[in-house]
Amino acid sequence: MNAHAQSSHTSHYVKIWAILTVLFLISVCGPMLGIKLVTLITAFGIAIVKAYLVAAHFMHLNVEKKYVTYLLLAMVIFMVLLFAGTSPDVMTPGGQNWERIPIPSDSGSTH
Amino acid sequence: MSFPQPIATNRSATGIPTGKLAVWWVIGSEIVIFGGLLVSYIMLRLFHSGWDAEAAHTNTWFGAINTFVLLTSSLFVVLAHQAAEAGEEKKAFRLIWLTIGGGAIFLINKAIEWSGEISHGLVMTKSVFWSFYYTACGLHALHVIAGMVIMAIISFDVLKKQHMNRVELIGIYWHFVDIVWIFLFPMLYIAK
Repeated sequence: MNAHAQSSHTSHYVKIWAILTVLFLISVCGPMLGIKLVTLITAFGIAIVKAYLVAAHFMHLNVEKKYVTYLLLAMVIFMVLLFAGTSPDVMTPGGQNWERIPIPSDSGSTH
Repeated sequence: MSFPQPIATNRSATGIPTGKLAVWWVIGSEIVIFGGLLVSYIMLRLFHSGWDAEAAHTNTWFGAINTFVLLTSSLFVVLAHQAAEAGEEKKAFRLIWLTIGGGAIFLINKAIEWSGEISHGLVMTKSVFWSFYYTACGLHALHVIAGMVIMAIISFDVLKKQHMNRVELIGIYWHFVDIVWIFLFPMLYIAK
């Protein structure tokens, strides 16, 4: 790697880090407004953007063989399937042949 | 006595050196480990509205400082990888140890935070929220410690200009640990 290319790579990484830092500051300040939608976007929306920037530019997924990205996305899809498969049971209090029996500490601020 | 270089260092049947492919598989399995934990957290949190009150006890500033520290350590390790590729072993060594320093600051910050919380009775058995909090953060902290130990071992090889490719491998792992924290931070500290 020649000196010019190395310097160009360094400035690229520092630029990505600067963008990540600005996004991080927004994610901390956004919820201070107290608006739920803004909190959701600034906290979780920005988390996804930050994760993408780290994966693409720091882990070099943007130049890695495509099947690595597919491998990782397959694992994420498994997580979506886990949610889709179990949430109907976990998140609904009633249903056919299903009764959710409350446990004593299942209300209020303890849970 | 010298040992032959591991086959995984150079062999490539898939277009990626086998050692690096192994790291990607580790990351794939880690996605399922942390993903399963976080998906369970989201499900239970959406169902139990009372969790907001529990999350209100977490200190956003501790989480924010640790987020910044990990983001910066990710920059250090990617620069270490770049230095290793350029054959600058001393620079790579320094940057690896700066990354380890970032991990140490993260853990010290976490220890101070946990001490305060535990002394206020916010322990793992208090509620399901705190069980998730300590499990997720604890598992993540174990990954930080593992990364620091591996980096320390690799750094001395780098100083001897041996196995320079391993800087990239540990870098990939460290970035993943950073990404996990990027999601833990809003879930545990921001959403209140």
